[in-house]
Amino acid sequence: MKNPHIVEVGFIGPLSKAGFINETSREKKMFELYSLVILMILGSLVAIHTKYLLSAVISLTLVGLILCVVFLYLQAPDTAITQTIVEVIALVILIRAVPIKKDTMGIKGAKETFSAIVTTIFLVLFAFFAYKALLDLPQFGFPLMRVSEDYVREGLAKTGSANIVTAVLLDFRAYDTLGEATVLFTAILGAIVVLRKVGRK
Amino acid sequence: MKENKGMTLIVKTVIKFLAPIVILFGIYMILHGHLTPGGGFPGGVVIASAFVLLTLAYGKEVAEKKMKRSLASLLESTGALFFLILAVLGIFVGGWFFSNFLPKGEPLKLLSAGFIPLANIAIGLKVGGGIFAVFLALVIFRVAGEGGKEQK
Repeated sequence: MKNPHIVEVGFIGPLSKAGFINETSREKKMFELYSLVILMILGSLVAIHTKYLLSAVISLTLVGLILCVVFLYLQAPDTAITQTIVEVIALVILIRAVPIKKDTMGIKGAKETFSAIVTTIFLVLFAFFAYKALLDLPQFGFPLMRVSEDYVREGLAKTGSANIVTAVLLDFRAYDTLGEATVLFTAILGAIVVLRKVGRK
Repeated sequence: MKENKGMTLIVKTVIKFLAPIVILFGIYMILHGHLTPGGGFPGGVVIASAFVLLTLAYGKEVAEKKMKRSLASLLESTGALFFLILAVLGIFVGGWFFSNFLPKGEPLKLLSAGFIPLANIAIGLKVGGGIFAVFLALVIFRVAGEGGKEQK
C-alpha cells in the first residue's frame, strides 16, 4: 500500500523510505517501540517506589535515556541529541548540586487506603477518556498532514536551511522558540534569585 | 591545601584535555545548527557541560576563575536580548516579526539560511550561560547550606 502523503524532496525522501513506510518493517519497529515504552514505565515505577532518593534519580535518568533511543527509532536525531545532553546534565545537577540526604517516608494507615482508592478512580477515568480521545488521532507513523507537508516541501526553498528541524524552530515557528526562551530565562532568573547569598541573613 | 581541592590527579589530567574538545564540539554544534542535527539549545548545554566538568574536577574556585557566575548571567541575558533584537529587526527590514531578512545563500553552505545561524548563536549563548549559572548557584548554595564545611 502506498501512502500518498509522503513527499519526496531532496534528502528527506530516502530517509522516509527507510523508515515507517514499509508495512512489515513498520510492525517490527512498533514491537520495538512498545518494548522500549514498557521499559520506561518500569523505570518510572522503580523511581516512585524505591526507598532511596539516589536510586530514584538514577532510574529517572534511565527513563530519559531510553526516551533517547525511542527518538532515534522515530528518526529524530535533533531531539535525541537534546534529550541525551539535558538528561546527563540533569543527572549531574541532581546528584552533585542538590543535597541528597533524607530518604523518602511512606504514608501508612488509613491515608494509604484512601489515596490508593482515589488514584484508582482517577486512573480509570483517565484511561476511559484517553481511549475516547486517542481514537480520533491519525494512524501512528503517518503524521505528514497539510501544514507539515508544506514545511517539508518548501522548507529548503523558503529558509535556505538544510536542517528542516532548525528551519521549523527558528523560522516557521520562531514565536514558539521565543516563548521557550522566555520560559527558560524566567526559570533561571527565579533559581538564581532564590539561591542568592547577597542580602540573605 | 589548594592541591587537595576537587578530584584526583587522574580526573584532573583527563579533564584538562577533554574540556577544550567538549567546548569545540559545542561551538561546532551551534554553528552547524542549520546543516546537521543539533543547534543552539544542545550546543549551549554542551558548552555548559564542559564548565560543569571543570567545576566538578577542580572545585568551584578554579572554574569560577575561568567563568564567573556574573559573566555567565551576563552571557545569558545578552543571548536573550540578541534573539529579541533579531526578531524586532525583522519588523523594520523584512516587514514582520521574525522575518528572515538576510539573504538565503546557497543551501548546505555554512553561510546560508539567512538569520538562522545568528539566532542559533543567540540561543546557544543564552542556554549555555543560563545552565552554568544555575549549576554554580546550586553548588554555592549547597556549600553555604552545609555551614561552610569542606567538601570531599
